[in-house]
Amino acid sequence: MSAAADSHHDDHHHGPEKNFVKRWLYTTNHKDLGTLYLWFAFAMFFVGGLMALVIRAELFSPGLQFVDPQFFNSMTTMHAIVMIFGGVMPAFVGLANWMIPMMIGGPDMALPRLNNWSFWIMPFALAIFLSTLLMDGGGPASGWTLYAPLSLQGGDSFAFVIVSIHFMGISSVMGSINIIATILNMRAPGMTLMKMPLFVWTWLITAFLLIAVIPVFAGAVTMLLTDRYFGTSFFSAAGGGDPVMYQHIFWFFGHPEVYILILPAFGIVSQIIPTFARKPLFGYSSMVYATGSIAFLSFIVWAHHMFTVGMPLAGELFFMFATMMIAVPTGVKVFNWIATMWRGSMTFETPMLFALGFVVMFTFGGFSGLMLAMTPADIQYHDTYFVVAHFHYVLVPGAIFSIIAACYYWLPKWTGNMYDERLGKIHFWSSTFFVNLLFFPMHFVGLAGMPRRIPDYNLQFADMNMWASIGAFGFGGSQLLLLYIVIKCIKGGEKATDQVWEGAEGLEWTVASPAPYHTFETPPEIK
Amino acid sequence: MEILERKSRTLQVSIKLVFVVVGMFGFGYLMVPIYNILCDITGLNGKTGIISTVQAGELVIDEDRWVNVEFTGTVNVSGPWDFKPGQDSIKVRPGKQYKISYTAKNLADREVVGQAVPSVAPRVASKYFSKTECFCFTSQVFEANEEKDMPVVFVVDPALPKSVDSLVLSYTFFDTGEK
Repeated sequence: MSAAADSHHDDHHHGPEKNFVKRWLYTTNHKDLGTLYLWFAFAMFFVGGLMALVIRAELFSPGLQFVDPQFFNSMTTMHAIVMIFGGVMPAFVGLANWMIPMMIGGPDMALPRLNNWSFWIMPFALAIFLSTLLMDGGGPASGWTLYAPLSLQGGDSFAFVIVSIHFMGISSVMGSINIIATILNMRAPGMTLMKMPLFVWTWLITAFLLIAVIPVFAGAVTMLLTDRYFGTSFFSAAGGGDPVMYQHIFWFFGHPEVYILILPAFGIVSQIIPTFARKPLFGYSSMVYATGSIAFLSFIVWAHHMFTVGMPLAGELFFMFATMMIAVPTGVKVFNWIATMWRGSMTFETPMLFALGFVVMFTFGGFSGLMLAMTPADIQYHDTYFVVAHFHYVLVPGAIFSIIAACYYWLPKWTGNMYDERLGKIHFWSSTFFVNLLFFPMHFVGLAGMPRRIPDYNLQFADMNMWASIGAFGFGGSQLLLLYIVIKCIKGGEKATDQVWEGAEGLEWTVASPAPYHTFETPPEIK
Repeated sequence: MEILERKSRTLQVSIKLVFVVVGMFGFGYLMVPIYNILCDITGLNGKTGIISTVQAGELVIDEDRWVNVEFTGTVNVSGPWDFKPGQDSIKVRPGKQYKISYTAKNLADREVVGQAVPSVAPRVASKYFSKTECFCFTSQVFEANEEKDMPVVFVVDPALPKSVDSLVLSYTFFDTGEK
């Protein structure tokens, strides 16, 4: 970029603020906030990861080794909440912040100040949440679902947990409003909805899911709070309430929530595979409709999480078939990704490796999901390690692999430097090896009946748990390599071209690398 | 000009979305009455019905059929009671009213307030089981160490499916924690 263009920009807008604290605290720039979100999520992945390592260290061998059962239970609970609300969701919001304005040819997010606010709530929310570990009675230990009445029987740190969940919810609702407003109003002329990159589409649908279900969750936890402290009895049978109702309200939020964690991943993979297959995405419009159908179906399948509470047969059949129906649009997506690669001239750079790992391993997780969808089988699998294996397959080599793929894919655009390709490949193969060592044995111990959320287990499960624990430490260690690769890439490396990848198409690849502080202040022309 | 237009459109979209958020928060609360109504209609969770004595008198008594009604009573962990039915089971004619009773003794040396929550199994039978009078309609106050006999008057609807010849009425007694 020329010096003339630089000074021209400075006439209207300042570049990044020079003072470090002011720059990051007051920034309303979508790129700065994207960076903040991503670093925050990265930090939370390590916090949540450490909690997972406490769990796996305890489960390395049968018997009680390191932690007492109460602390173990608060580790499983907090690991989930930190990873979901502190890790995966902010990481996706960070990617949305960075990429959506550039992908649709807009100058910034539609509501930049709101954007600053929704980010800066998060560190406080997570700090409050994590601080419950230091309080009397310890952190929440009822499982991340906070089922009543169990969740109401812990210490008074419960009130802090609820407040922090409210903050996290407010943050993601504001983030979603911002994303929807951006996508609907900030597109460059000619960028019709059906021309938008798939990452933008999946985020638009995800944002609608968020504003629809996060408030329901907020309502549910508020009811918990008033049940505990203000004498209501929404979920207390003594006062005429019903604990099963909590499960219905929770999963009405909880099931769309799991698609919130995966739809942006579908978008990322749909950006990466065409680039490295050097072919346009196969079946673009069917991808959009499939995403929409998955979002719709997510609202009518919630009770498959509670087949064992005693529903009428008609209810169990409805939720079973509705759940199985989700395999159809998901199958369309997997088919389209494979068809995109069919006869493409593929190369296997790190982002592509992670995207391919996603397609293969997410599909594993999808198949075990189909097994769980069957009511009679689910009664056997319910609350066993089979469930743990299932949702970790869709979330770790699923959602998290897609986030890592996205980071490798766009890192040269963010920093202007290529990352170390050799280290990237090592990172991919060691992550893939260890993630399978970690989660694959859980299928077998689960089918054999090992229950979730218990710090001790029967001797027959010892070998597979040992492997899983080795896998966990290996996988955690591999992510330190990612940290090193990212820092190394920021510090320097081979200069990236504007297009970065030979097969890359889209507006974000037309701007300079690193992307200037302000992009598309005059809208680009869409052909 | 274009920027101003864009700003007003953004504001409009944002306001609409805020309404959606507030609406969905309300919907979360709306699920409580919806759930209760659904449970009443379908008999989910074994919730039993209430009918008036007049309505109960209008039912036709089915003299050809016996239904065995069994009684159980449990105390929730927090309650200081000895709580049990006065009889284990009785045979009833559908359509006819019967009066039975439960006994509860306060084991604590202080006043406690309890609330019984009924449930009927099997689930299909619950909506055909109705009470005209029950100690579960209100919370019960117990003086220290007081023992009480508490009556229930119930009727089984003659429309009870033929496949059901036995049903269980169970009460769980909770300490409401009130003074």
